[in-house]
Amino acid sequence: MLWNTLLLALRSIRRNLMRSFLTILGIVIGVAAVITMVTLGNGATQSVSDQISSMGSNLLIVMPGQRFGPGAEAGAPFKSADIEVIRNQITSARLVAPIVSKSATAVYQANNWSTVVTGTSNDYFEAGNWEIAAGRTFTEAEEKSGKAVCVVGETVRDKLFGRQNPVGSEIRIKQFACEVIGLLKAKGQSSMGSDQDDSVVMPLRTVQRRLSGSQDINRLTISVKEGASIDAAKEQLTRLLRERRNIAENEDDDFRVMDTRQIAETLTSTTKILTMLLGAVAAVSLLVGGIGIMNIMLVSVTERTREIGIRLAIGALEREVLLQFLIEAVVLSSLGGLIGITIATAASIFLAGLMNVPYLFDPSINLLSFFFAAAIGVIFGYFPAQRAAGLNPIDALRHE
Amino acid sequence: MSEAVALIRLSGITKTYGSGQAAFQALKGIDLAIDAGDFVAIMGPSGSGKSTAMNILGCLDTPSSGSYEFEGVKVEQLSRNERALLRRNYLGFVFQGFNLLSRTTALENVELPLIYRGEPAAARHAAARAALRQVGLEGWEHHTPAELSGGQQQRVAIARAIVTRPAVLLADEPTGNLDTHTGEEIMELISALNRDQGITVLMVTHEPDMAAHAKRVIRFVDGRVDSDRRNGEAD
Repeated sequence: MLWNTLLLALRSIRRNLMRSFLTILGIVIGVAAVITMVTLGNGATQSVSDQISSMGSNLLIVMPGQRFGPGAEAGAPFKSADIEVIRNQITSARLVAPIVSKSATAVYQANNWSTVVTGTSNDYFEAGNWEIAAGRTFTEAEEKSGKAVCVVGETVRDKLFGRQNPVGSEIRIKQFACEVIGLLKAKGQSSMGSDQDDSVVMPLRTVQRRLSGSQDINRLTISVKEGASIDAAKEQLTRLLRERRNIAENEDDDFRVMDTRQIAETLTSTTKILTMLLGAVAAVSLLVGGIGIMNIMLVSVTERTREIGIRLAIGALEREVLLQFLIEAVVLSSLGGLIGITIATAASIFLAGLMNVPYLFDPSINLLSFFFAAAIGVIFGYFPAQRAAGLNPIDALRHE
Repeated sequence: MSEAVALIRLSGITKTYGSGQAAFQALKGIDLAIDAGDFVAIMGPSGSGKSTAMNILGCLDTPSSGSYEFEGVKVEQLSRNERALLRRNYLGFVFQGFNLLSRTTALENVELPLIYRGEPAAARHAAARAALRQVGLEGWEHHTPAELSGGQQQRVAIARAIVTRPAVLLADEPTGNLDTHTGEEIMELISALNRDQGITVLMVTHEPDMAAHAKRVIRFVDGRVDSDRRNGEAD
């Protein structure tokens, strides 16, 4: 009976190609949308955490000011003296890199490119997991004297020098000329979406003297020793800075200490929310697909009711008719689900490549949307049939 | 065959549609016995209950009261599934509107009852082809109803009805949608089935020309049997 009913179901699908196609289409679109969205979202989350680990682990980032946005009280910037004290007093600090950033236009021959100039020390490269692709980092003398030398990122190299090796050339930044002594290995987009390779790195003193014109330091990056507790280091640092900045017991910090783990959590939670949002939007399309299926099934219910009447009249049992409709619905829904998964996989791989995020196969979302689609197909394919098969054959035959 | 073992026996069959004030009694107590091998035409004006009686005889509908015996089995005591099996194994239907599956070839339409009987594919194909040959549609096996004329569609329907070698062929206005000439051909075919294969035929019609092919004519008026006579007998 099962075999014969399978035959009947397949015949029915074949001779109603348009209806079958539309049913499948609804499921395909829904399934493909949900899986693609969620897969890309997962990829984005993964890429964010990858980039955070590319920033270097065990990092503390210290910024003046407490909050972002309106009402934020700008704290006083740090000074070089702070660096020395932190180096001496925070025993678990392995590297302390001061950072001053300024936007500026870099010019080489006829090319110019607006970029970010970072003034820092050699610790910056190590703490930030930067590797030197060509050339070298700063010498102690260059750092001390604030010599006009720089290490450029891949994007800057590309914009100013093309494929040429920039080491040894001179670029002009604002009004001074600066010798390129090194090239950083490319890292790609940062977790914030900015291009990490779009930078020119100079000794701190060079930037302070020639670009910012002050002794201020905007930011500190501190690498904590392997095995040392980040939380302890954070607490120690906070206490030290409060003391140095004369903050009273009852006052809030006027600076912020963040660790990379914390940043990672914040950012990945953002992308996770985005993934859920995209997934929800896509789920709507799955639902719309389901409604499409429902429409097709309901529209065809007159024809199908008469068909059921014919089958009953020539001696089909109610359960045979129902089994046939169930098989039809399952076959169509599964086929739609499988095609949807295939399209979603192809689209995800393609879009992940385009968006520069890794492609991660997520079995649970594939299964979930597949079974949801199958359930929609079965419910809307099966229940109208169930009603019709319960009629007297003559009533089903006469259905208008 | 003696009267005692009539193939079909109806006694006191009534059928009421609706309830209360709006109730309409289509059949008001039908008593009828039909022998195997007979060819019965049921006639009557519209609303006389002839189609309702036909549907009850074909187990497509259930009577409101009364008793229906088919080969001695009380049909009203059968379950839905048992009635379906009775249709499957003993009855064949031909409808006024053909009731073929659309977009389905003639061969597949004719095969359909055999699939429900669980016949193996080879036997099924052979029987379906033979039935189509018998109704004169050899070569039309792979045409769908839309590609066939009305007469051809009704032939496919007859092939589907006889492919299981039923004891009874029930035909509800089989020529109602056909022109006179084609209708005549269909009647020849049905008569031949009765004559050559001994299939009992019950046919509803309102055309006296078609009823003339039958051996026995039962006339319904207003939900009752008005007259019941053998063709050739005097009125």
